[in-house]
Amino acid sequence: MTGLEAHLPVLQVVVPMLVAPLVVLLHPRGLAWFAATVASAASFLLAVQMAGGVLAGQVYRYALGGWPAPYGIALEVDAFSVLLLLILTGASTLALAAGRASLDRQIELHRQPLFFAAWLLALAGMAGILVSADAFNIFVFMEISSLASYVLVAGGPDRRALPAVFKYLIMGTVGATFYLIGVGLIYMMTGTLNLADMELRIHEVADQRPILVAAGFITIGLALKAALFPLHVWLPNAYTYAPHAVSVFLAACATKVSLYILLRFDFVVFQGNLAGHDAQFAAFLMPLAVLAILVGSAVALFEVNIKRLLAYSSVAQIGYIVLGASLVSVPGLSAGLLHMFNHALSKGALFLAVMCLSTRVGDLNLQDLSGAARRMPWTLAALVVAGLSLIGVPGTAGFVSKWYLMTAALQEGLLGWVLVAVIVLGSLMAVAYVWRIVEAAWFKDAPAGDGADRPGEAPLGMLVLTWLAALSNVWFGLVTQVPRELATTAAAILLRHLP
Amino acid sequence: MEFLGLYHYWVFVVLLMIGFYAVVAKLNLIKKLIGLSIFQSAVFLLYITMSKVSGGTAPIFSEQVSGVLYSNPLPQVLILTAIVVGISTTALGLGIVVRIKEEYGSIEEHEIQEIDRQ
Amino acid sequence: MNPQTAILAALAVPLAGALLIGLAGRVNDNLRESMTLLTALALIACVWSLLPEIFAGGRPGVRIGEVLPGIDVAFRVEPLGMLFAAMASGLWLVNSIYSIGYMRGNREKRQTRFYVMFAVSLAATIGIAFSANLFTLFMFYEMLTLSTYPLVSHKGDPATVRSARVYLGILISASIGLLLPAIVWTYAAAGTGEFTEGGILRGHVEGPQVGLLLGLFVFGAAKAAVMPVHRWLPAAMVAPTPVSALLHAVAVVKAGVFTIVKIIVYVFGVDFLFSEPSSGWLFYAAAFTIVAASVVALRQQNLKRLLAYSTVAQLSYVVMASAVLKPLAEVGAAMHMLAHSFGKITLFFAAGSIYTASKKTELGQLSGIGRRMPVTMAAFTIGALSMIGVPPTAGFVSKWYILAGAFQADNYLALATIILSTALNAAYFLPIVYMAWFGKDVTPAGQQHGEAPTAVLLALTVTAVLTLALFVYSAPIYELESQLVRGQP
Repeated sequence: MTGLEAHLPVLQVVVPMLVAPLVVLLHPRGLAWFAATVASAASFLLAVQMAGGVLAGQVYRYALGGWPAPYGIALEVDAFSVLLLLILTGASTLALAAGRASLDRQIELHRQPLFFAAWLLALAGMAGILVSADAFNIFVFMEISSLASYVLVAGGPDRRALPAVFKYLIMGTVGATFYLIGVGLIYMMTGTLNLADMELRIHEVADQRPILVAAGFITIGLALKAALFPLHVWLPNAYTYAPHAVSVFLAACATKVSLYILLRFDFVVFQGNLAGHDAQFAAFLMPLAVLAILVGSAVALFEVNIKRLLAYSSVAQIGYIVLGASLVSVPGLSAGLLHMFNHALSKGALFLAVMCLSTRVGDLNLQDLSGAARRMPWTLAALVVAGLSLIGVPGTAGFVSKWYLMTAALQEGLLGWVLVAVIVLGSLMAVAYVWRIVEAAWFKDAPAGDGADRPGEAPLGMLVLTWLAALSNVWFGLVTQVPRELATTAAAILLRHLP
Repeated sequence: MEFLGLYHYWVFVVLLMIGFYAVVAKLNLIKKLIGLSIFQSAVFLLYITMSKVSGGTAPIFSEQVSGVLYSNPLPQVLILTAIVVGISTTALGLGIVVRIKEEYGSIEEHEIQEIDRQ
Repeated sequence: MNPQTAILAALAVPLAGALLIGLAGRVNDNLRESMTLLTALALIACVWSLLPEIFAGGRPGVRIGEVLPGIDVAFRVEPLGMLFAAMASGLWLVNSIYSIGYMRGNREKRQTRFYVMFAVSLAATIGIAFSANLFTLFMFYEMLTLSTYPLVSHKGDPATVRSARVYLGILISASIGLLLPAIVWTYAAAGTGEFTEGGILRGHVEGPQVGLLLGLFVFGAAKAAVMPVHRWLPAAMVAPTPVSALLHAVAVVKAGVFTIVKIIVYVFGVDFLFSEPSSGWLFYAAAFTIVAASVVALRQQNLKRLLAYSTVAQLSYVVMASAVLKPLAEVGAAMHMLAHSFGKITLFFAAGSIYTASKKTELGQLSGIGRRMPVTMAAFTIGALSMIGVPPTAGFVSKWYILAGAFQADNYLALATIILSTALNAAYFLPIVYMAWFGKDVTPAGQQHGEAPTAVLLALTVTAVLTLALFVYSAPIYELESQLVRGQP
């Protein structure tokens, strides 16, 4: 590996991180947005390049400052990292590129440079999590990205975002602190913070209580950040009242990054070392995943606000991902990881369509949507395509991961049949709540002379990018090779200790 | 004997729970943030007590002296980072509370929920 | 053109046609109608060009690509699918002529969207007919549900929207809730979903699992309207009559029974299913549906709803026949798909013709209408006789084969069911026919009317003639469909 290629992992973090303070200085109108979008796009290209390398069999390793692992801080990019890096950078770029008009309306001009700086810091932080192979480094980046996301969520004009972000802050900090306690206990027992080194050293002390306690703290802390039922209560309000472009960004990747750390720790560090870990992992997480699917979908059925409906749908989809992981088998885990990718596609496209709607429709409650299909047919059509992917209609990305999930579940005997029933029930409820949106838009008559609405379609740039996202759902529903390969390779890496 | 010898862990747990209790049970937003600070301080204590080696001295390296037992400097470094994170979080939290006061006129959680419900 | 091209063209033509129809609709109506007719003609050319190959025993196929490992989008034409596709494409042309007359005669709104979605639905139908495996079939099956929804809800008023919601709700819930798990189970158990002569499940599922899996398939394919997943069919009658005629007499409902027969023959395998006692329930479910639906039809006052319940019963003829699991009965099932289509489309055409000319929808209003609309009622009579199964109509031929198959299996319950339902069919159709020709004219004074527009009458006549023609020319169909069960490779 020569030249630039050797530095790709660290560049993934450094590029947005260094552009962030520069953006603060860019006061001319639109320049801050432009710089942020370019930095985000550059990150995306870096991720794509690493994806190419990983698919060819390469694993990127990097020692920060030249200090060799395990003394120094090590970065490592493998299939799992790259799968999520693609989602992260892709979602960020798309949200920024499409969101210009929406952000101009929602963020005051003089605050925009600060807002976009925070965006880039969030991007850098999450990228940092994905490339780190050091437990404490993960903590630092986790908090960088969280603090930046708090700023992003509170950035909009809706004052209800403030209590929402306060709750998000409290719960997020509690979660991160639990994670910190867990890492501290492990350090106390093994003397190392490097994940690979930890894996070896825990072996000698595996049966001692601090390790078990650490596993517990880390799992709960990360479950809080990943909005796994019942620790999801911060998510609906945070996604609903955030600026619309921020909702696109966060819904596509924020919780998935926390799930990434959770799975890494559980499968890389603990799996090989704790006796019966897989059984405990499954026994603990599977019921929570099932409840997430059922309760999340059920609440979404009755929601009136579109963004909150989609937020509860996200809670359910996180359940699907964790359900796949809790099967602790290569097919199951690949299904879960694939669903991370496909859900980012469908939920991202849905929130983009909602952002398009927000430019013309007054409020985002279902009744405000009445008759919107007549005024904004293209936006609603994109929303339907993305909705079909969320439901899992064949020919869309959502179908592929649900198929994988059901096939993996069926290998579990009788329990598998119950899980298949849960998955099917979740899909049926998804049909129902997507249908509510469609019905409101197409089949209710527009209210007479609503002053808050503006005529016409969404801005062209936003619409084109929304359609790009919607069509990518169809693309990845038919041409499944790349995400599938990354997901199965990642699952194999994570489960290499499985007998 | 071991019970009392582990007193530092007891302090950690007690502080942790005091902080956690405040976060969950108090309705005033600033009190919640104070609870959060206490909660985080407990973790700082955990790390720092972890770094103290029995009979160890301050970890300042000198070439003239050898065979000295040092306390572990790494957790102290880690905790400095965590303290900075904690400060930033508290600052951000307080900033949000100021904005909430401006928008809602109150910093009591139940009153804010009441206002939003209308 | 060679068979592979023909298959791909058969899918591409209606889709391209949909695009062109949409564009033509912005120019003027006549251009749009011509595009529809042209597309239908082109489709007939593509589909029917495959007939000689299939008759000779060939089974052309084409594979598009892999979606997941072991799961690909692929097409393969065999006798049953050929029959379905030929029938659907041929009747689309007739139906398009009818639609032109109907839509213009009733001054319906949003006609361009109507014709566009019709073309898309035909593309989905061909996709189902030519599918080579369960995944491809499922993909186009869902596409058909979604593409027919705008057609069912066409009128747009609240009552229609409510019924359309029932339509969509039942079809999608059944397909995602029951059909999809059945397909996943099949792929997991057999390792493949390819339609194969003799079935793919032998040795992979046994005992009560067979009955359960069959149940998931049969009720999941709710388009076949086996009770209790049949409610969508009467609900769909709020659609304009051309939709009811082609889709809910021919394309959608036949897609449902086609799926069931295809699964019985090519996924389970007739012999395997026969040897598994747990599959026996299907026969009883179908027989029950036949009788129950006929009884409900007796009590209907709205003409289209009566025809809907008659369709539910007639569909279960096909299901029951294939559940007899004897070669002659399977052939009878295939033939009944065709015979019912001709007869039922004629009946729906007649119902729409009456509506267009006089806005009459209830049975009581039809008294004496035969004298005002002789062509329409003549066609209606032929269609009714076909439903009952009286020579010289198509219905007689297919019932004959089904009865023969039932005899072959010593299945006296099937015999009894057929006789009973024939009697019930007569009980609700004959009074209508009699009243229409010989009853007193009850048309109110201010609403005198004559026949329907010419395009409508033309289409009516064609399908009525086809119904009679099938009686005479049934041999080629028999030849084709017996390949199904003769173990031809």
